[in-house]
Amino acid sequence: MSDSIISTDDLSVHFPLKGPLFGEQPVVRAVEGVSVDIGKGSFYGLVGESGSGKTTFGRALLRAAPITRGSAIYNDGEVKYDLPTMNKQALTDYRKRAQLIFQDPYAALSPRMTVRDIIAEPLEVMGLTKTREETDERVREIAAKCRINLEHLRRFPHAFSGGQRQRISIARALVSKPNFIVADESVAALDVSIQADVLNLLKSIQKDMGLTFLFISHDLSVVAHTCDHVAVMYLGRLVETAPTRELFTNPRHPYTKALLSAIPSLDPDNPGNPLKLEGEIPSPTNPPPGCKFQTRCRYAIDLCRKEEPKLDKLGAEHDVACHRWRELADNPQISAA
Amino acid sequence: MTNTTTNGDVNVDQKRKEAYFTAGQGQLIWARFKKQTAAMVGAGILIVLILAGIFAPFLTPYDPTIDGRNKDYVYGAPNVPKFCDDNGCSFRPFVYTFNRTRSIATNFRWVTEVDKDARRYLTFLPEGDKYKFLGMNFTTHLFGVDTGKIHLFGTDSTGKDIFSRTFHAINTSLAVGTIGVFIAFVLALIIGGISGYYGGWIDSALQMMTDTVRTIPAIPLFMALAAFMPDTWSSETRFLFISMILGFVGWPTLARRVRTHLLTERNQEYVLAAQLCGASAGHVIRRHLLPSFTSYIIVDLIISFPYMVLSETALSFIGLGLKDPVNSLGVMLQNVTDPDVLLNYQWHFIPVLFFITLVLAFVFVGDGLRDAADPYADTKK
Amino acid sequence: MSTPLISVKDLTLSFRTDEGLVKAVDHVSFDIAPGEVMGLVGESGSGKSVTAKSLMLLNPDNAVYDPKSSITLNVDDQSIDVFSLKKPKEQMVIRGGAISMIFQEPMASFAPAISIGDQMVEQLMIHSTMTQSRAKEISIEMLTRVGIPDPAQRFSQYAFEFSGGMRQRAMVAMALSTKPKLLIADEPTTALDVTIQAQVIDLMKDLVKEFHMAILFITHDLGVIAQTADQVAVMYLGKLIEKGSVRQVLRNPQHPYTRGLLDALPRLDDLDTPLKPVAGDIPSPLDRPPGCVFHTRCPVSLGSECETIIPEFITNKDGQQVACLLAEKDAQKEEAEA
Repeated sequence: MSDSIISTDDLSVHFPLKGPLFGEQPVVRAVEGVSVDIGKGSFYGLVGESGSGKTTFGRALLRAAPITRGSAIYNDGEVKYDLPTMNKQALTDYRKRAQLIFQDPYAALSPRMTVRDIIAEPLEVMGLTKTREETDERVREIAAKCRINLEHLRRFPHAFSGGQRQRISIARALVSKPNFIVADESVAALDVSIQADVLNLLKSIQKDMGLTFLFISHDLSVVAHTCDHVAVMYLGRLVETAPTRELFTNPRHPYTKALLSAIPSLDPDNPGNPLKLEGEIPSPTNPPPGCKFQTRCRYAIDLCRKEEPKLDKLGAEHDVACHRWRELADNPQISAA
Repeated sequence: MTNTTTNGDVNVDQKRKEAYFTAGQGQLIWARFKKQTAAMVGAGILIVLILAGIFAPFLTPYDPTIDGRNKDYVYGAPNVPKFCDDNGCSFRPFVYTFNRTRSIATNFRWVTEVDKDARRYLTFLPEGDKYKFLGMNFTTHLFGVDTGKIHLFGTDSTGKDIFSRTFHAINTSLAVGTIGVFIAFVLALIIGGISGYYGGWIDSALQMMTDTVRTIPAIPLFMALAAFMPDTWSSETRFLFISMILGFVGWPTLARRVRTHLLTERNQEYVLAAQLCGASAGHVIRRHLLPSFTSYIIVDLIISFPYMVLSETALSFIGLGLKDPVNSLGVMLQNVTDPDVLLNYQWHFIPVLFFITLVLAFVFVGDGLRDAADPYADTKK
Repeated sequence: MSTPLISVKDLTLSFRTDEGLVKAVDHVSFDIAPGEVMGLVGESGSGKSVTAKSLMLLNPDNAVYDPKSSITLNVDDQSIDVFSLKKPKEQMVIRGGAISMIFQEPMASFAPAISIGDQMVEQLMIHSTMTQSRAKEISIEMLTRVGIPDPAQRFSQYAFEFSGGMRQRAMVAMALSTKPKLLIADEPTTALDVTIQAQVIDLMKDLVKEFHMAILFITHDLGVIAQTADQVAVMYLGKLIEKGSVRQVLRNPQHPYTRGLLDALPRLDDLDTPLKPVAGDIPSPLDRPPGCVFHTRCPVSLGSECETIIPEFITNKDGQQVACLLAEKDAQKEEAEA
């Protein structure tokens, strides 16, 4: 396993809810017990539907969401930080090394600042440049890398389309020369062609600047094409993680299988093998006991309803959290007991 | 980018588009504001009235207080300047002379007779009553009359010129409004700002205080204050005091608006983006939050103005606010409740028209600004 | 061919804005047969939503329709010219009567302060003469039909108490309660999770079979079209550029834009090919290119011809229709050789 730039162990993010004055306070377990290793220089995909906790996890890694339990270590070779217990000084330095690209290109840019000011803001806030000329130089540099027309730097965000705004967002995240980027649904709001364009841009920047990406998405096809490693989350828990090819050819968890089969195929005569998932994702404030997926899983047995499965290692960096994965691998036809 | 229209068209088009793309917030708002006729007209009228108020001592012929009164022309009707009459026309406008005699016919009450043959010509830039402007003494007024006095809006019960009083009153009311709005604004920014930015229990506590202040009933408060204000206070002190009180009572509404704006804005993603760079609260407020609602706050300020003016008018009218010799619309209206005045001396109401115009001008400008202030509303997909 | 359910001819529509008259739809023509699912595909700014709203005359007041546009609805042995419906009472037939619509954001389509049941009953009462209790019966039936558990209880609940997928189903139930002949679905699954999307798509396919209903399915997701549509029409910057059966268009796209779209799609069955975006950016509607609207980004543009001539629709030997000068030339060559 190559050096991991981010290494989490049993990471949990709980949000308290308003509860009774006395007694146990209810919590929303947005992220529960997630342990991953994100290799340096990788394009790591994090997949899940709404309520999976993927956005919260990404933000927790940037300290934009509180870490309730567990450890998360950032290690880029130069410095090593323990994220939950960082002091203020370490946090300030960490901000230079880890950044976020938002989903909504319309909400992520301040409408009252010029593009140049938006991209320059991290430099100014973090004091990375000393003179205005230096700032301008760095802004121009990163704008060119993100294929933003230098003349457009004078303009305000309202002059741009969704794809162009996303490029500005990306430029802003990259201007401080970070090592680790969390891209939270960064292409979800874009049209197909622009999505392809932005994805190609991200990959070329990754190669050029040697960055590590945590790519959060609900779109498995996009993840399949861009990521080298994928983790699947459901209701705050990690259910499966594997290198991309492996995950898409040999999915082991019933949820992963259902997710893959739900993607409509482009061949009208080949609907694929849709394993229809009935029901809806349970509420995170009131999760079912045992395995969180058991309410919708066609293979659920008593054990699944009682005990939460641990992450089993299958080898070749492929982990699964399911009690019956071995049986299902040998004999895909078995059903619920 | 190919375009088969002529080059000239492309350039003009490109320039316009580029201007739109590089327009900052202020420029966009101004561009939209210009398109609204009612607002532009209102703005024009507002500017004229404000200037008239500021330059009132110069523009009006007489001192508005007791010192400038015309003893011989009490309850006098307006003197309308004419250019032509039965005796011929002249380039210089003139007014008639009025003679007052006690007439037997009306039981020895004053009767005013118009002497159409005795013309008095208007003079321009004559020397007149002394007045102070910006600390210096002047005596030149815009116009006057060669003999006697001219009263374009008539006179009141003591002979004071209503025309002069009206313009000085506009000035006073605007000054009271300005001080009141300024104080309210500063308080609202601080309290509403802290409340909206920090949220949580600070917000709850401050909101409770805001609501308490808001429920204080204005009239009993002013009655108490009126009783409290010693008569020995000069009119200026009284004026300042009333203005400050209006400000201290008027801030809750503005504070609530500031708080609401902040609460929505601080959850915006671009604020989070700044915070993720480690931006301090000060930076976030300065660069992101304040600019986002400056336009709304300006609108709120302009709309608050007429309320301040009207509050002061109401209070002075019932005698709890300003008193003579300080002039304001409320003070001028104090004498109007007499049925004698209502029936016979209607020109006392001319100032009311000015004030309606002033308030409406504020409202139109405020509405126009409010409509223009959201230029970013329609740029979403 | 038998009478189409709805026939759109030369629909041209512009919007009056501060910047002038902006053309949103340019000479669009298509037919939908009864019971057929027609997919309308395009990226943002293509004019697909505006086209769909025209069928129900739902565009805002600053919309200016070209007088040569015509939309004809053939229902109940009647031929109705949609543009001739001026009074609200007349327009009811296209709004919730024979034509119904479901939207992308189900939260925005339901009034937040009225229960779902009341809204469904209201829809039924407006379009028919049935009693309120009968309307309630039918509404609960529809809720069951779309797969909402505990329909009687859900009937009195409010929109915020439903999850995203269920809200979308409730909207489908409401739209279908008047048994329309044409359902316009404007990006109905875009905001949904992929597993929920699969459920809603299955539901719509079942309902089409059961009600013999036609659907105008608007989306930018070609995968969804592949699985649900019979016919596909592709729009770009207000123009219809390709039409055909879904198999033809997806397997043998004739127009360079359609080909570009398919190349840009990440496909699960082919993880190795890199994603190829269509070059350039979509022009602003204020800046519509002359000649062929796509020529500014077309990899096989014929130069000055494509810059000046607006391509007409041609039908090739397989029945596919495309508006492209290059395709025209190729078709002519084929004919000459045959």
